[in-house]
Amino acid sequence: MSDRIFGGFGLALAIFYIWAASIIKDSFMVDVVGPRAFPYIVGTVLGLTSLYFIIRPDEEPKWPGLRDFAEILFATAVMFLYAWSLSEIGFVIATTFATAYLTWRLGTTPLWSLVVGLLTAIGIYVVFHLILGLALAEGPLGF
Amino acid sequence: METLALLVDGFSVALSPQNLFLAVVGCFLGTLMGALPGLGPANGVAILIPIAFSLGLGPIPSLILLTSVYYGAMYGGRISSILLNIPGDEPAMMTCLDGYPMAKNGQAGEALSLGGIASFFGAFVATIGLVILAPQLVKIALLFGPAEYFVLFTVAFATLGGVSSTNQAKSAFAAALGLGIAMIGSDSQTGSQRFTFGEIHLFDGIDFLIAIVGLFALSEVLIFLEHHRGGAVGSAGATKVGRILPDFGMIKRCLPSIARGTGLGFFSGVLPGAGASLGSFLAYSLEKQSVDRDGKSFGKGDPRGVAAPEAGNNAAAGGALVPMLSLGVPGSGTTAVLLAVLLQLNITPGPLLFTKNPDVVWGLIAALFIGNIILLLMNVPLVGLFTRVLLVPTRILMPVVAMISFVGIYSITGSTFDVMLMVGFGFAGWLLRKLDVPLVPVILGILLGNQMEVNLRRAMTISDGDWLALVGSPLAIILWLIAIAGFVLPMFVGRRVKDRMDAQRHDEEASVGD
Repeated sequence: MSDRIFGGFGLALAIFYIWAASIIKDSFMVDVVGPRAFPYIVGTVLGLTSLYFIIRPDEEPKWPGLRDFAEILFATAVMFLYAWSLSEIGFVIATTFATAYLTWRLGTTPLWSLVVGLLTAIGIYVVFHLILGLALAEGPLGF
Repeated sequence: METLALLVDGFSVALSPQNLFLAVVGCFLGTLMGALPGLGPANGVAILIPIAFSLGLGPIPSLILLTSVYYGAMYGGRISSILLNIPGDEPAMMTCLDGYPMAKNGQAGEALSLGGIASFFGAFVATIGLVILAPQLVKIALLFGPAEYFVLFTVAFATLGGVSSTNQAKSAFAAALGLGIAMIGSDSQTGSQRFTFGEIHLFDGIDFLIAIVGLFALSEVLIFLEHHRGGAVGSAGATKVGRILPDFGMIKRCLPSIARGTGLGFFSGVLPGAGASLGSFLAYSLEKQSVDRDGKSFGKGDPRGVAAPEAGNNAAAGGALVPMLSLGVPGSGTTAVLLAVLLQLNITPGPLLFTKNPDVVWGLIAALFIGNIILLLMNVPLVGLFTRVLLVPTRILMPVVAMISFVGIYSITGSTFDVMLMVGFGFAGWLLRKLDVPLVPVILGILLGNQMEVNLRRAMTISDGDWLALVGSPLAIILWLIAIAGFVLPMFVGRRVKDRMDAQRHDEEASVGD
């Protein structure tokens, strides 16, 4: 069943892709096949393979239980939030909390997670920013 | 003789103090990443690419650093296979079969050093093979026109699923997905905006590094979150190593196995669609058939069962560089990541690389030789150091890995949009892995998509729109036949090969790519 749903999504994606390819505007430069031909081929392959998933699905994969699935979703959400907050609150604070969340969810006690988070943030800041000179996100506090 | 002179020049590049230092750092980091379960060579190199570039290293130094990581990870994979029965990366899984029993018999140190020596031999011979074979392949590749190149890329995608692929439709879907993503942004030929929907962040297209780090490294973190809660992968007891140097009698007895493993490994590394996992699998199973027909000692701690697959997977790692450097077409996940390194440096691999930038090619090859010697020195006497890493709990390690990937991408793009995009790729990668869709074709599609299209359009321009030009030369027809054979063959034998591989390794965890 999972494969059938996946195939359905794939097919929708393929149709959308081909439609999006069809509205590509020509520029003043032109060549023989134009900018749409290759995307059409790619979209067709996407569509055909998706049809195959619908017709002949594989065995059901081992999905995680609802709790584990929520775990994955939350982790993804936290990482999104992390990416967004980087420029708002700066690298060190954002990293402390994001690392703490992940270590906590992987089984560390909450207090130790915060310690690990802080140490990771400071460690990365020192090694990558102060020693190696990489640009990290700066918040209002400057770090 | 010309080759030899070029190689000497290469050594003078690679032996400069800075490059030598980078090689040592790369080998160390690589072994470390190879040893950690879940962080294979593909992940390791992927995470370090953006960091190497943000450091502002030149092309040759970054290339030396990253290929040292690649070779190092291939060496390091054996450590957790032998000590914990968990392969550090996919090609190392065959090493578990006899390595872990050896460790249980109290021969862990001997297994590790024997594996190190076998790795050295395999990688060294394969690098020599690379020196001999790559220039020959370049001569053939110089005959290629745009049409042949287009077909060559098709060969790469058709064979990428490998002979152990069970569902070719999924490989094809993955490749199309990658190609589709590559089309986003300004069209390189005419400048038309494609698939950008007015979103300014997409005008330049999606940086392939974002996709690689997201799909490989972040999806690995999510897989970890799903499966592993808790402690260190190793415990203090499991990492007791014992005596380190194997007796020379044992090495001598294993020499024929090492030689056979090397040959098979190199061969499967060069072939498109085979890669290091198949190399070590072939080396192990043929070794078993030739020296231990009745199954008396293999699987119970036979040193030959460690030597053969270790030589095999390291030889395959070297062999895989042959098509990558001379044709610009990688055959496995890790070489795809190395291709990303070259593209990021604005170096287009392929036949022209050998004529235009011989210093890059030969400096790289010399660095591989040097890296190998460094790795042998690091891996035999100092192996105890690396086993300590296995004591760091993964619940701390994995988040740190995730954060370092974020740092890399942010420092190279400086945009939070790109970091969010990477998280998106991470989640998509997790979903695709669950559905058994291979990620390597996606990566390769993103990497090669634009070149593939450009070659198609050039071919069409030359032929004035006649699509039959794609089958217009004998060379192109041969390549089409290879592509079709490579795509169709796994449909018949894929299931059998896969079952045999699974039967040998039970249901061990393995990481992406090889």
